[in-house]
Amino acid sequence: MQIDLKQPILEKNDRIASELRERFAQNHVYVVDLLASPGSGKTSTILATIDALRDEFNIAIIEGDIASSVDAERIKAQGIAAVQINTGGACHLESDMVKRAIDVLDLERLDLIIIENVGNLVCPTDFDLGENVKVMILSVPEGDDKPLKYPGVFQVAQAIILNKVDTLPVFDFDVEAFTSSVKRLNPQVPIFHVAATRGEGVEEWAEWLAERIRQA
Amino acid sequence: MHELGIMTSVLDAVESAATDAGATRVIAVNLKIGEMTEAIEDALVFAFEALRDLPEYGLCKDAQLVIEMVRPKSECLECGNCYEHDRFDMLCPKCGSFATKLIAGRELEIDSMEVDLPD
Repeated sequence: MQIDLKQPILEKNDRIASELRERFAQNHVYVVDLLASPGSGKTSTILATIDALRDEFNIAIIEGDIASSVDAERIKAQGIAAVQINTGGACHLESDMVKRAIDVLDLERLDLIIIENVGNLVCPTDFDLGENVKVMILSVPEGDDKPLKYPGVFQVAQAIILNKVDTLPVFDFDVEAFTSSVKRLNPQVPIFHVAATRGEGVEEWAEWLAERIRQA
Repeated sequence: MHELGIMTSVLDAVESAATDAGATRVIAVNLKIGEMTEAIEDALVFAFEALRDLPEYGLCKDAQLVIEMVRPKSECLECGNCYEHDRFDMLCPKCGSFATKLIAGRELEIDSMEVDLPD
């Protein structure tokens, strides 16, 4: 006998994510899930984003890493609340980890939470964390062919940051080819050209984000 | 990616639904997996075959895994065209529009199970 189940495989993750999304909305907190490879400049981009937005918004960061708290320490040194989640080997964050992390944050006071996911272009893509947007960073040294190798993450991202654009002159990175493969995968996604450690191009990205935070 | 974790969720759900239904054994588990997800068919099968031998999945120990891979499909928001596509090219093939919406291809779903019930 056949019995219909019709249920999402990641039901538990999705259910917790929905609860989180509701809590974030009630508190008018805008939440970004930031995806990228190790070494692409996630933490530097977060620091540059904090710089651009801290006068207008209260910000907190959730740092997902397999081990260590070096990233959270870098954020805290800027006077911004940071919670470290160590996944202990797991390659992505799941919604129950985020749920535990926000217990130590005062949601009522916050406007923006950026969740720095584990450095990985594959696994985090399929996991809903209750965020408003998934944003991905690709850095120039990684190469312009990445949308062809990791289509999933380029497809789910609602904004893409091309970081380290100050290194374009020394890398063989074809911006036009990159843009065209991204647009085929995700036709409407905005691509921001940024050099986070130099503050270049951060303004445009920060303004895109600020507009959304104000509506949250 | 994390097919073992995915399969653990599948077997937990199926074993519990089969127990609730009073089944004597599960014959087949039917999944729908979208091609736009990062779940790989071979790895899912491997994980399923490894896990179903665990004592907690007693009803599933001889079950077959049937995976239906779902082709990505989008709708053009400009001309209304609905079309299947691969993982890399989502533009509307009819009018070339960039304004498109993915309507299938991200499924990670337990569709149904085939069970034996006592007479």
